[in-house]
Amino acid sequence: MIALTPDHALEVVNLKKAFGGLVVTQSVSLAIRPGERRLIIGPNGAGKTTLFNQISGDLRPNSGQIKLFGTDVTHLTPYKRAHFGLSRTYQIITLFTGDTLEHNVTLGLLGLRPSRWQMWRPLSFYGDLAIEARRTLDAVGLLHLAAHPVSDIAYGEKRRVELAMALAQKPRVLLLDEPLAGLSNTERSQVKSLIASIPRETTVIMIEHDMDTALDLAETVTLLNYGRVIVDGDRDAVIADERTREVYLGT
Amino acid sequence: MKWIGVALIASSLLLPPLIAGDFYINLASQILIAGIFALSLNLLVGFGGMTSLGHASYLGVAAYISALLTSRYGFGHGAAAIISIAGTTAMAACFGVIALRASGLGFLMITLALSQVLWGLAYRMSDVTNGDNGIAGLTRPMPFGISLESPASFYWFALIVASFALVMMAIFVSSAFGSSLKGVRDQPRRMAALGFNPWLIRWITFVYAGFWGGVSGLLYVYYNKYIHPTSLSTTSSAEALLGVIAGGSGTLGGPAVGAALVLLLKNYASAYIERWNMLLGLVFLFIVLVMPAGLVPGFSRLTAQLRRESR
Repeated sequence: MIALTPDHALEVVNLKKAFGGLVVTQSVSLAIRPGERRLIIGPNGAGKTTLFNQISGDLRPNSGQIKLFGTDVTHLTPYKRAHFGLSRTYQIITLFTGDTLEHNVTLGLLGLRPSRWQMWRPLSFYGDLAIEARRTLDAVGLLHLAAHPVSDIAYGEKRRVELAMALAQKPRVLLLDEPLAGLSNTERSQVKSLIASIPRETTVIMIEHDMDTALDLAETVTLLNYGRVIVDGDRDAVIADERTREVYLGT
Repeated sequence: MKWIGVALIASSLLLPPLIAGDFYINLASQILIAGIFALSLNLLVGFGGMTSLGHASYLGVAAYISALLTSRYGFGHGAAAIISIAGTTAMAACFGVIALRASGLGFLMITLALSQVLWGLAYRMSDVTNGDNGIAGLTRPMPFGISLESPASFYWFALIVASFALVMMAIFVSSAFGSSLKGVRDQPRRMAALGFNPWLIRWITFVYAGFWGGVSGLLYVYYNKYIHPTSLSTTSSAEALLGVIAGGSGTLGGPAVGAALVLLLKNYASAYIERWNMLLGLVFLFIVLVMPAGLVPGFSRLTAQLRRESR
């Protein structure tokens, strides 16, 4: 049952995940309000991406629950979660390299539309899809490259295409896995303002190592270490916390 | 330049029955049939990234069903054709559920195993299939009362069916669904995260490829008026796969060109060399070394390069 005004956009309860003997997620619980900007930090191997993969459905947890807007999605396949309003980007860029930027974004739009099953009508006949795709590319500042294949563009631009594909879906919950990784300073501030401009209808959960930029975007912060939530709460409280210093920021 | 190409292709398709002898007209008909078969396999291999080594199942089963219904059970060609295509498509639906439990090499092995089962049945169930003797003495249909007995009339018939098949498959791969299919081939995880159901997309394609495999099987049995278990064999599947890869998988023209190449080698080289398969292997090796993407993509890249240099 979908509650009309759910308290939480995303709720993770006692999530556990082990690969053989290696426990990657020991016990993680999160509660994220609609519209919240949450930053997830932690040292390498803390289980951040594994957590994302369980939320998106790429990995099945051993136990625990994942709820989107009050509905238990723990056993739903990734594509069903996408139809529930969940979108994500990848730490390792995962684009359709032989296709144009416009086509990449179009796939993002198509994924949530019934017309993705249409077999008797060329894709190029869908003018509305093309317009929408180009509008999204314009929003990330890549309209001038719309007709270029992804393999032709620079790394920083590919990061923005990743973001455009997810944004095109107008998700209710957006998972960003290191959206700033490997970017130059200029590109970083471009992507930063892009993330800042995401409407409040979208709840944003972000993994990021670049604290200077990421903290500006975040309202709340979760610190993970060895698959556990160490500290969780308002940004300033978490940053001031001694354990954060110890585990992550260093002295 | 483009129009010269179109004119060349059109004339090479339209001229055979007008200028060539019966032998060449028949060869051209066989190329058309093999072309449809290769195109249907290419939906799986080239556009879906599902390398099947059992595609002859659909050609063979459609041919056997039609042969049995018309020769033994007294069905007319129209009803037999419908039942045979429907049956083959239903079989593809079942085989797809089994084969798509795996991907890559596992998928290939399951399709191979399933086709071997059918091949074995065709040999062993001799009370039904007449075993190694095959089923002979079949007839060709007479659509709208037109006899297809002469090589030229059969060629026109095959050309119409092949053109229709090509157009349908061209629309299929350029459609929204075709884009989903190519996306699932390249980035299945991403596609699932975007809201696509990768399994269902693959399965529908598998069934659609089985359908067109069945259509080529019908033409095959009409042309030969005879069916033998070899048409179900791994060799038939492998030859088609070789054609698809040699011509250029994932392109529309490539598989047809590849299928033509295999057939021409088979017909000409086998007259001079007994082990024509060896020659096919060498030609294949040469293509893979010189044009790894296949003949059609290779030549289009070559002409593009020449044009740039002449500028």
